[in-house]
Amino acid sequence: MPAGVTMVEAVGRALGQILEDDPRAILLGEDIGVNGGVFRATVGLQERFGPDRVVDTPLSEAGFVGAAIGMCLVGLRPIVEIQFDAFVYPAFEQLASHAGRFRWRTNGAYGLPLVIRIPYGGGTKAPELHSDSPETLFSHTPGLRVVAPSDPLSAGEMLVAAAACGDPVIYMEPKRLYRRGRSEVPDRFQPSTLDRAQVVRPGDDVAILAHGAMIEVALEAAAELAVLGASARVVDLRSLYPLDRETLLRTASEVGRVVVVHEAPRHSGVAAEVAAILQEEVADHLLAPVLRVTGMDMPFPLFQLEDQALPSVSRVVRAARAALEY
Amino acid sequence: MIRELGAASDDLAPGAELMQGAATVLGLPSDRRREALEELGRPLALGLFAAMARLRAFDERAVILQRQGVIGTYPTYFGEEAIQAGSVLALEDRDWLFPTYRQNSVVVLRGCPPEVPLLLWRGHPAGWHDVQALHTAPVCVPVATNYPHAVGAAWGSRLLGEDRVALAYGGDGSTSEGDFHEACNLAAVVGAPVIFLVSNNQWAISTPLRLQTRVERIADKAVAYGMPGVRVDGFDVFACHLAVREAVARARRGDGPTLVEAVGYRLGPHGTADEPSLYRDPESARRWDEWEPLARAAAALVDAGLASAEELSQLGTDAAAEMREAGDRLQDFPLPSLEDVASRVYQETPWTLGAERLREPTYREDG
Repeated sequence: MPAGVTMVEAVGRALGQILEDDPRAILLGEDIGVNGGVFRATVGLQERFGPDRVVDTPLSEAGFVGAAIGMCLVGLRPIVEIQFDAFVYPAFEQLASHAGRFRWRTNGAYGLPLVIRIPYGGGTKAPELHSDSPETLFSHTPGLRVVAPSDPLSAGEMLVAAAACGDPVIYMEPKRLYRRGRSEVPDRFQPSTLDRAQVVRPGDDVAILAHGAMIEVALEAAAELAVLGASARVVDLRSLYPLDRETLLRTASEVGRVVVVHEAPRHSGVAAEVAAILQEEVADHLLAPVLRVTGMDMPFPLFQLEDQALPSVSRVVRAARAALEY
Repeated sequence: MIRELGAASDDLAPGAELMQGAATVLGLPSDRRREALEELGRPLALGLFAAMARLRAFDERAVILQRQGVIGTYPTYFGEEAIQAGSVLALEDRDWLFPTYRQNSVVVLRGCPPEVPLLLWRGHPAGWHDVQALHTAPVCVPVATNYPHAVGAAWGSRLLGEDRVALAYGGDGSTSEGDFHEACNLAAVVGAPVIFLVSNNQWAISTPLRLQTRVERIADKAVAYGMPGVRVDGFDVFACHLAVREAVARARRGDGPTLVEAVGYRLGPHGTADEPSLYRDPESARRWDEWEPLARAAAALVDAGLASAEELSQLGTDAAAEMREAGDRLQDFPLPSLEDVASRVYQETPWTLGAERLREPTYREDG
């Protein structure tokens, strides 16, 4: 028996902890019951908590995300699983036109304690529309929080925190990391902050900012850069809305050279916002232009081409060297 | 108590072909109509009329205020009072309402001061009513997206062991939207105690029903979801009330959702910015004059000896005064600052909406 848990197991454990702790928590989604979810994140939970708390819904993303909003009004705390990233699009109107506006529509009095879990991203050789990275749609939508964990511990801690939050949280799960490795996690997850980035590797010459599955790429790139004699700091953004401004500014001020990595398309992406904040606020400290290593502005390619489309270690290393040599 | 208005009647009023198969009280022969109203009882019958009178007075006042420039574009509901009053009075206060813009003032029937919905159309944040105190969701502007909310509230209540039901309003056009389908299907699958009340007024702005759907009766759509679908005369407050009451009872005893189609006709424009003569014969609405729900209910109440014309007229006068006074109070609400409003988006306001960010010169007129 290998020690520790995978990220997908950590998600399942956190969900079990949330259901255990809060009788008002309820899981909704497609095939999450007997089947335990297509990624097995909810394995055993229906057996443990019953079909009224771990609910298999009809195939209707708009319907069950909308219903989750209604459930919040009567005091439940729904956690919704979207089966695959691109399946969230039918629910976008419910999220943009209602979830994000509800507290504002009550002059701040009542929010929606709603979590939308979205397994996202490429690198799993999946069919079309099973590899999208739609986080920017939500980080550009007022009223939502958007977070992405990058390892089993952060997955558990951030999910517990998201469930405790009084506002809708879009919780992006990098499915490529679901079974990447195991790590030790405590018996109970303590809620983390939902709006703080984390330095995951110290370094002073260049900073690589990323989230989700790109943390793995960033860390490998940092290791290669170390061989080349450059010390790269890796920062896990974790929160995509709001961005952790303090950590961004401190990183840029201390390091001066910044590369931002994400698999989502480049245009109007998270990296664009990071670059904009840095040039607005700490331009004097920047020793090189903020460079972006991202997905292309096209539909995520069919999987034979996905390794070329996804930001790779060598692309990140090249960008970091360009920043270093600027 | 309510029956189907038969197509075979010799003396169908204009427009009555649309009412085929619709439950009615006011369409009953006079002796049976009197009996039905007596069975309903004077307090409830008058309560329904008074509720319609307040809704009418609100609507008329809102149109005046729009013409005066006190409020902005306003979606009038002239002619829909029977559907709204009939349904609200069929629910308990603990039950949830999910109104659209067309039912923007039903909160008033739940005790909300009328200036609140008027302020919404004045573009003022004080126009957002207290959702939890009134068990009424904010007015839904996108079409059909409120249906799933009602399903969730109803289903959630049942999961919590409460016996609340939820009612969502919509129009004929909303039944073409995906959210209507998803909500009906989900509600039926989980047995949610919810009522979908569709006001079929034949028009979605300029789009007539025949371009909206190929079914002749919207109630028939219920068949596809495995739930009951009923059709009721939407100009008959008593029939609307009884039909919704029955659906509420069904929901409350655990027998699941109902689709109620209230048949009517949009007597006015879509809203104050709409000009129906561009797309429909102005005569078409006038042909429905004798169906107008307040006059029709008043005649029946007087005929049944349940009320005098004077007291009904007084209800209208009182309601008009109430709404005029509410309109006069609209100037009294100080406008919050944009910073205040920005602090109402999240429970814990992120830096992106914090005071420091909002003081940036690029965000301020006076920066």
